[in-house]
Amino acid sequence: MTIAIRNSDISRRTFMVGAAGLTFAVASGVRVDSAAAARSGDVTMSPWVTISTDDTVAIMSPAAEMGQGSLTSLPLILAEELDADWAKVRVVVAPPNDELYKNPSFGYMYTAGSNAVTSYFKPLRLFGAQVRKVLLANAASHWNVPVAELTTGPNVVIHAASGRRLSYGEIAAFADIPAKAPEVAESELKRPDTFRLIGHDVVRVELPSKINGTAQYAIDVQVPGMLYGAVLRAPVEGAAPDKIDDTKAKAQADVVQIVPLPYGVGVIAKTPWAAFDAKDALKVAWTRTGKAWGFSSEKALPEFAAAARDLTQPAKVWGKAGDAVAAMQTAANVVEAEYRNDLVYHAQMEPLNAVASVSEKGDACEVWCGVQSKTIAVTVAANALKILPEKVTYHDMLLGGGFGRRGHRDEEYVHDAVVLSNAVKKPVKTMWTREDDVHNGRFNPLSAHYLRAGFDASGKLIAFHHRKACDEVTAFQDPVRYERQKGRDGIAYNGVDAPYYEIPNRLGEGVPRESGLRTSSLRGIAHLTNIFAIESFMDELARKRGVDPAEFRRELVKSNPRAVAIIDKVAGMADWRRKRDGSALGFTYMNYSGTQIALAAEVVLDRKTGALRVPNVWTALDPGITVQPDNIAAQTESSIVYGLGFALFERITIDDGAVEQSGFYDYQVPRMRDIPEMHIEVVATDNHPTGVGQMATPLVGPAIANAVAELTGVRLRQTPMTPERVKKALG
Amino acid sequence: MAIRFLINGKPTQSEAPPATPLLWVIREELGLTGTKFGCGTGLCGACMVHLDGKRAFACQTQIAEIGGKAVTTIEGLSADSSHPVQKAWLAERVPQCGYCQSGQIMSAVDLLKSNPKPTRAEIVEHMSTNICRCGSYPRIVRAIERVAREA
Repeated sequence: MTIAIRNSDISRRTFMVGAAGLTFAVASGVRVDSAAAARSGDVTMSPWVTISTDDTVAIMSPAAEMGQGSLTSLPLILAEELDADWAKVRVVVAPPNDELYKNPSFGYMYTAGSNAVTSYFKPLRLFGAQVRKVLLANAASHWNVPVAELTTGPNVVIHAASGRRLSYGEIAAFADIPAKAPEVAESELKRPDTFRLIGHDVVRVELPSKINGTAQYAIDVQVPGMLYGAVLRAPVEGAAPDKIDDTKAKAQADVVQIVPLPYGVGVIAKTPWAAFDAKDALKVAWTRTGKAWGFSSEKALPEFAAAARDLTQPAKVWGKAGDAVAAMQTAANVVEAEYRNDLVYHAQMEPLNAVASVSEKGDACEVWCGVQSKTIAVTVAANALKILPEKVTYHDMLLGGGFGRRGHRDEEYVHDAVVLSNAVKKPVKTMWTREDDVHNGRFNPLSAHYLRAGFDASGKLIAFHHRKACDEVTAFQDPVRYERQKGRDGIAYNGVDAPYYEIPNRLGEGVPRESGLRTSSLRGIAHLTNIFAIESFMDELARKRGVDPAEFRRELVKSNPRAVAIIDKVAGMADWRRKRDGSALGFTYMNYSGTQIALAAEVVLDRKTGALRVPNVWTALDPGITVQPDNIAAQTESSIVYGLGFALFERITIDDGAVEQSGFYDYQVPRMRDIPEMHIEVVATDNHPTGVGQMATPLVGPAIANAVAELTGVRLRQTPMTPERVKKALG
Repeated sequence: MAIRFLINGKPTQSEAPPATPLLWVIREELGLTGTKFGCGTGLCGACMVHLDGKRAFACQTQIAEIGGKAVTTIEGLSADSSHPVQKAWLAERVPQCGYCQSGQIMSAVDLLKSNPKPTRAEIVEHMSTNICRCGSYPRIVRAIERVAREA
């Protein structure tokens, strides 16, 4: 995708502020588009901001756009402090350059964890304020007046005393840029009540391209002379082709080449249908290398549960307060419970694919891909060809959904495209079919949770202990990060210790399994299953104590006014205490990376079939400053739908190490007929903005389970809560 | 033998084998990439086009079947995004990742053509052929209701 200002007028003066050392650089006649910025040798520093004499303000956007809106919201934050006129802002996709554009939390360009606005918020405000300060200083010297007499409006510096105005573009024509960026104190930043852009909805910059078919995803790329690739990958991670019979595949019309790979067999053909047909005609015997052979998810889950429950099994402490184990010994009353979750598939709508074009000599490469980390994509391509990253030309494409699937350290679908292109030294579009996408899926791991809670004689909750048994994720998904974090696997365990609940003794532990399955972050990440367990458990505890479940949680967050407010808000929205006829409500709350969210669901049960229907969901979230409120509402709608699929239908099973499902015929995702009426309130507060992209997802499952408990007295303990499981539980 | 048909009102032809899915001809031969590949099994609707004015899964339509017929894709809906359904999609800020939205729009246009004032239940029934993994469903409903209201 290129949403870029193309500045072909080389006589035009531009200036820019870079991130490295916050130094300013003057550059006249620099072409300002992302590709040029990535390559141009004469630009020592890529810009965040470029102001042209025609008053256009070009702002770099560093995150991947996968539907969550960061392409718009990040430059908008900078534009706010710059006091730019949004109508004159052109968003430029930042090129792959970790040094300049890294997400400060991750240390590289990586869009994940609903973290982009949270992490870039402060630096982008600072960069915007610095450019504004330079504009003010230039206007002051131009008019020979004190800077203190100047103010700014949208794209304009104003001297109120004399009634004079200079547009940013006019200043750009004569501006002197200091060698060093000016200092900006936090107190000089705008007060939230003076924001003109933050908190005010704008149309997302790429939205018009998404209603007329012009939005460009990697799968849409057309390169002259392009061939088509398909890859048959081993059914089990770590297996390799042992014997390849490609007689039938080779005999297909338009097949160009069969490419044996360490992990599968590639096919290159002149048309996509020929590539897919030839892939299907391959007969491959696989080596029994790889750990997961013989693995059955159905058999493994009870073993996981036993390991979680067995306190002698080794565990990794994720988070703790006080001494939960000792407190449990002294408790007057201990309650235990167990929950289980099946594997879940991302099902992003665009099957994984990439286009690569390797040079004749194999010493350079172009790639077109939609990825959650563009610098990783460059590294993957460079490593595949054993060339320097500088020899890789990266083309940024929109993502047809991400959900955690497109940010693994190996970005294997990019690798596929590069190696196939390298085999023929021609451009190759390598596409996975939906079946490939499911069979080669990397899933939210199978998990079993053991929880216990201790109450003292007065009925006070004094101890909480949660053990989660699952395959770890980060070790597979991103070994580099796993090592950097010294084996702490946040993707598997984050939130397992319910750190926001005011319980004096808390312990959250991981009980790592080593099944050899492919695992991945998936929307909701660790919270998806941890919160199903915790919020179901909280509901059980409340019922056992005879306390209203919303009140029970409220008591456990009482020193946090934002948490209390959000619980009260949702209780009010749902008319929580009103008993329904023929349906019931379930309540949940969570503090997800600082975002306060509560959610209630209404459930209707068909006792004959066991089918659950969810007519209504009420949720409110407080993510602090709301950069784009309507987009937050959209993300929350989206999070609810995703959570509904996890809660009710979505299930991957593994037999003999291989995935048993293949497509939307045996892996059901929510359709319009499945979704509830959603009642959503986005609560803005003046706190630092926190995540909004997946916050409701983990709450939908437990809210439904809690509603079923209210309706029937029966506790559902495993996702997905399919009709068969519900019927069985009801007895 | 070449198969001749109309694409967005213009005559065209394809030499692809008769069993080739129309989807790949549209995307890779004709270069009209607004129509998407989502599942290849007629279950997600990302490939929805109109065949002689009625919606059809391009991935389930073999080009042998389309000789002499008129195929309309998202690119043929309007030259300037001015179709009422497109305008409503933008007004309600429907798309997120956007990948399924061409198919959603083609399905919605098909519905409104035969039923300009659909009930909520009719919208849900008709549009449940199309998957949106981003869950833009509530906004799709609102956009369709907006078209019906403003018609």
